[in-house]
Amino acid sequence: MNGWKRAGRGARTRFVATLEEQESTVLRGLVTEVTQMLDGRTADTPQDELAELTGMRTGPTSRPDDRVLARLLPDFTSEDADLAAGLRSLHEPELIQAKKHAAESVLTALPGRGGRVELTVEQADEWLAALNDVRLALGTALDVSEETPEEFPEDDPRAPHLGVYHWLTFVQDSLVQARMQVL
Amino acid sequence: MSAPLSSPTTQVDPALDEDVAGATPWQAVVWNDPVNLMSYVTYVLQKIFGYPEPKATALMLDVHHKGKAAVSAGDKDKIEGDVAKLHAAGLWATMQRT
Repeated sequence: MNGWKRAGRGARTRFVATLEEQESTVLRGLVTEVTQMLDGRTADTPQDELAELTGMRTGPTSRPDDRVLARLLPDFTSEDADLAAGLRSLHEPELIQAKKHAAESVLTALPGRGGRVELTVEQADEWLAALNDVRLALGTALDVSEETPEEFPEDDPRAPHLGVYHWLTFVQDSLVQARMQVL
Repeated sequence: MSAPLSSPTTQVDPALDEDVAGATPWQAVVWNDPVNLMSYVTYVLQKIFGYPEPKATALMLDVHHKGKAAVSAGDKDKIEGDVAKLHAAGLWATMQRT
């Protein structure tokens, strides 16, 4: 893809890009993977009777062991462990919900075999959040730091994944630039 | 300084927190991380808080150069909501007493 372009004005504003089939497949795969990780986190949290009775879902009180999930669902505070546990329990279900909603927006609008994508402003915001989650997941898994090079050596098993990471960076940054024109 | 409470249920009871949070405002802090794009952080600060672009950019640069920046302040409920929104956007944010 060559990046996102803005089309139309006001309520008719759209963000348009054309994805190759392979790009569409890669993005679908990664977004699906993040969704499955979030579903796994939810499944790991048994609901007590009160939650079932009231329909008010509570989340776990402890940080995920998995470092990717821990980055997607950070602590609310580092000063007070009890407060962090309470706030996590209260907010984590809605955060997972929001991230899944953003992911669903990408999966719905992605053309199956590549092609033109056209997003409303609301969809663009959802895509930005989902693209960011995918980059956080991949970046954490690859140990991306400020010093990470443009490319790993060819024989490094992480090399192809870093290529995907940089591509996602381009896709997200290009959408941010287009989106900021109408903020 | 902190007022630890025994269980999650009591921690989120606003009535119990009033004497702590009412007198001592809280702030939401965004931390630098190697993945989030400078452009995206600026966009998120504009969108969530309605900050004009120069202010959002200045805060983003503080995060980038100083490692963190307080991006909003207020009572505990407000800041809790702000941090939840920042997490939904994927920023690394925490809340702390000022």
